[in-house]
Amino acid sequence: MKLIVTDQAGVVHELEALEGWRAMEVIRDWGLNIKAECGGACSCATCHVYVDPNWADRLHPPTEEEENMLDSAADATEESRLSCQIIMTDELDGLELTLAPSAAKDEAAA
Amino acid sequence: MTNPIVETDVVIIGAGPVGLFAVFELGLLDMKCQLIDILDRPGGQCAELYPEKPIYDIPGYPVITGQELTEKLMEQIAPFGAEFHYSRMVTQLEKLGDGSFRTVTDEGEEFHSKVVVIAAGGGSFQPKRPPVNGIENYEEKSVFYSVRKMEAFRGHDLLIVGGGDSALDWTLNLLPLANSVTLVHRRDEFRAAPASVNEMRQKVAEGKMTLLIGQVTELEGENGELSGAQIKTAEGVVAVKADRMLPFFGLTMKLGPVADWGLELNDNLIAVDTEKFESSIPGIFAIGDINYYPGKLKLILSGFHEAALMAQAAKKIVSPDERVIFQYTTSSTKLQKKLGVA
Repeated sequence: MKLIVTDQAGVVHELEALEGWRAMEVIRDWGLNIKAECGGACSCATCHVYVDPNWADRLHPPTEEEENMLDSAADATEESRLSCQIIMTDELDGLELTLAPSAAKDEAAA
Repeated sequence: MTNPIVETDVVIIGAGPVGLFAVFELGLLDMKCQLIDILDRPGGQCAELYPEKPIYDIPGYPVITGQELTEKLMEQIAPFGAEFHYSRMVTQLEKLGDGSFRTVTDEGEEFHSKVVVIAAGGGSFQPKRPPVNGIENYEEKSVFYSVRKMEAFRGHDLLIVGGGDSALDWTLNLLPLANSVTLVHRRDEFRAAPASVNEMRQKVAEGKMTLLIGQVTELEGENGELSGAQIKTAEGVVAVKADRMLPFFGLTMKLGPVADWGLELNDNLIAVDTEKFESSIPGIFAIGDINYYPGKLKLILSGFHEAALMAQAAKKIVSPDERVIFQYTTSSTKLQKKLGVA
């Protein structure tokens, strides 16, 4: 099962995903630049991604809680979702996501 | 007037669950603590990120919320009389010639202690900065993440961004003072209190302020002086005249000054040993989510374990000549007296 993720620098990564994992967990596990500071509790919006429009209809719509959290992402658009709320299933094999600038980790201290 | 210097055994930076439990473990060994936290209340992430969310992996509690866990910990450590200093950031930490430590906050308070425990989790909670090009150049001049004095906004053209209570409250409070107010939010639904939302819509209907549904994409101005902004809306890009901007996107954790204290770091985490959870500077310990060692798991229960071992090592620094006997709270009258139960 694949998850196709474009990072903040525009580099495309084809990630091996596992069924039942949150997209956020897959992205974090592969070491991409995702802060995900609340750890998947839909409480922070730092796992913010843009979903490729071709895939948008195949995702369940965001809950009110997710919409409320997206309000705290200053770069949210119509295509925005929190990747901790996307659970990988067979139907989502090949899902294309782009990491939002607001999902980036702080720069490492020198 | 300068603040008096607070002398104590241990300064704990961070009042999240692990910092709180450190008070217990240090207290059993007779060490007094001062806690400093950037938030205005105890609990750290448990208070700020998920107060209402259930936690299922605290031993002995099949389920407990972040808020409940914080309350239970506060009850558990009450006998030890730790002092709390909220809404403060530790800006400086340095070792003095005699081996003790000087800790200074952004409020100018100074603490002297024999031991410092960093239990700062993911760092300090700070306002989220919108990812708009060059916004940092305007901060503290034209862009503010909080309102300290309302008067500072009198006569200005305000651009307020966000859909929560902070955005709505300041929109309504500053409207009578400002020359103009534009509120920008990404959708036409607001999670702020309904009464504020209704009042805001009324002001828009009366033509007293502007509401735009969209996101700020560009700032215009020179030398930190904002003059306007571009707002991307469904109908296209709208130019707004504004010389003050107030973004309200909530808080996020930043490592902050911890990076400047000369500690050995590992990917923004403080490297510690697993016997004492001591950093590369003897006498400075790091416990909970902020530390790193091989096999580290960012679990609250790991932080509790780290606090217990740290306290044993801290005791040897605070009272080097005292022989410490390992005791259980179940059987030791001495410990029970400290807890106020015997």
